[in-house]
Amino acid sequence: MVQKKAGLAGLTVLGAVLAIIFVSPIFILLNNSFKPLRDIYIDILALPSGLYLENYTKAFKALDFVKSFMNSLGITIAATLAIIITSSMAAWVLVRYKTKTSSILFSIFACAQLIPFQCVMLPLVENMSNMGFMNRAGLVFMYVGFGCSMSIVLFHGFIKNIPLELEEAARIDGCTMVHTFFLIVLPLLKTIMVTVAIINVMWIWNDFLLPQLIINKPGWQTIPLKTYMFFGQFTKKWDLATAGLVLGMIPIIVFYLTCQKYIVKGVTDGAVK
Amino acid sequence: MKRSRIGYWLFLAPVLIAFSMVQIFPAIKGIYYSFTDWIGVGADKNFVGLENYKYILTKDPQFIHAFGFTFLFAMCAVILVNLVGFFLSLLVTQKIKCANLFRGIFFMPNLIGGILLGFTWQFIFVQVFDALGKALNMPGLQGWLSNKQTGFFGLLIVVVWQLSGYMMLIYIAQIQNIPDSVLEAAAIDGASGFSKLKSIILPLMVPAFTIGLFLSISTSFKLFDQNVALTNGGPNNSTQMLALNIYNTAFAENDFGIAQAKAMLFLIVVAGISLIQLWFTKRKEVEM
Repeated sequence: MVQKKAGLAGLTVLGAVLAIIFVSPIFILLNNSFKPLRDIYIDILALPSGLYLENYTKAFKALDFVKSFMNSLGITIAATLAIIITSSMAAWVLVRYKTKTSSILFSIFACAQLIPFQCVMLPLVENMSNMGFMNRAGLVFMYVGFGCSMSIVLFHGFIKNIPLELEEAARIDGCTMVHTFFLIVLPLLKTIMVTVAIINVMWIWNDFLLPQLIINKPGWQTIPLKTYMFFGQFTKKWDLATAGLVLGMIPIIVFYLTCQKYIVKGVTDGAVK
Repeated sequence: MKRSRIGYWLFLAPVLIAFSMVQIFPAIKGIYYSFTDWIGVGADKNFVGLENYKYILTKDPQFIHAFGFTFLFAMCAVILVNLVGFFLSLLVTQKIKCANLFRGIFFMPNLIGGILLGFTWQFIFVQVFDALGKALNMPGLQGWLSNKQTGFFGLLIVVVWQLSGYMMLIYIAQIQNIPDSVLEAAAIDGASGFSKLKSIILPLMVPAFTIGLFLSISTSFKLFDQNVALTNGGPNNSTQMLALNIYNTAFAENDFGIAQAKAMLFLIVVAGISLIQLWFTKRKEVEM
């Protein structure tokens, strides 16, 4: 028993050491973001000598932080909501209409996840620029196109296990399809909706390549895009860069700290199903 | 349910429109474009048969190099990410203090996007490693990302750091599915920690390995953001991976047709390897 306790204490220490290794890059970044450039070069591991916030005010301006944050937020929320509504509608009819068409469509959605983005990238940019979709609304539309396949698979798996009785009762009471879906089915999908939302938010918030190809106005840029442009300008200015990177990470880390339980559950369910 | 065909198609319409315009039509067009001399949006496309494919396989050493680099990288990354992830999952499912805190920390890097992570690690490798190398008199820590080897290991470190927490979550879910009664029975029969791991935990973990391998293979082969932000393929394109090679062929060299043909080869390789892996690990799954 004593041996077992010692073993567990040893494992705790090991876990703590690994946890420190995992956070150290972020910590070193944070630490240096409060130093003037000269101090970064003198001793990169030393703590800042005082509360020096100038890097942040400069980086905040250079990143146009409020605007890029709002762009990221707006695009992510709009795209995630659109994906949730359209995919759950599609998944519901694919489950409830047991036809050959349904099973073929479902397999197409399931297989589409294997196609690398590079395969569709160039014709997509061509089509979208011909249609005048090279803007934030167009980007949301494209996220629905890319995000729906996985989301449909997740909703499909969940809806399969919902009993039919409620829907049949609603139909007998004279509910239309639209009413049945939005008033009866949708509220039952809460748990899976959280999973689908988390998975899509994580991907869309961090996406770089698609906005890089589609967004061509500085005022429309998202945080990853702006960070990339920022590095093009200030490669060796690590004082601004460290503060800029910390700023860029803050929203997603706050999101993680507030919804950790849902995020962990959503990611696990999304992967395992 | 009453079968309303119109209702059926109306409910599918939004997704079908977006999905076909964004994925299906471009994919079909893409197949055709890979046989043309397309040089950019708005330019003419003349059918050239297999010329692009011939060019890629015989006259483009950079593509072959990127292919080899990506393949080696993906092999190392898949093995390390899953080993570390599995180890972490075993660690945080023991009855140790702060297990939940550790779990939260190990998973955190996943949430930060590849661009921000890549630049963060560029700072760590180029500035912090260099300072450490000077202070500790270890020349091996200096000059990181300035050659192919340190670029390779740098990318590997970033990806293992980022993805192993994700694999950990998948493996934790599977470990928690193993009934305590099975492990207790083994303990009563005198099984040691190691033989429990080898004879009970590992075989029951195979379904999770199927998922873990599938996800890590496709992520490592398709890696782009981290590659762009960490080394941008440099120095001299020596750390350029396949996705970046395709991107540069299109947007730096304006060879859209060739880039499209490369993307088709990319699809065949990634889908092929993923399907072989699925078939292989599915066979090894056991019923509980």
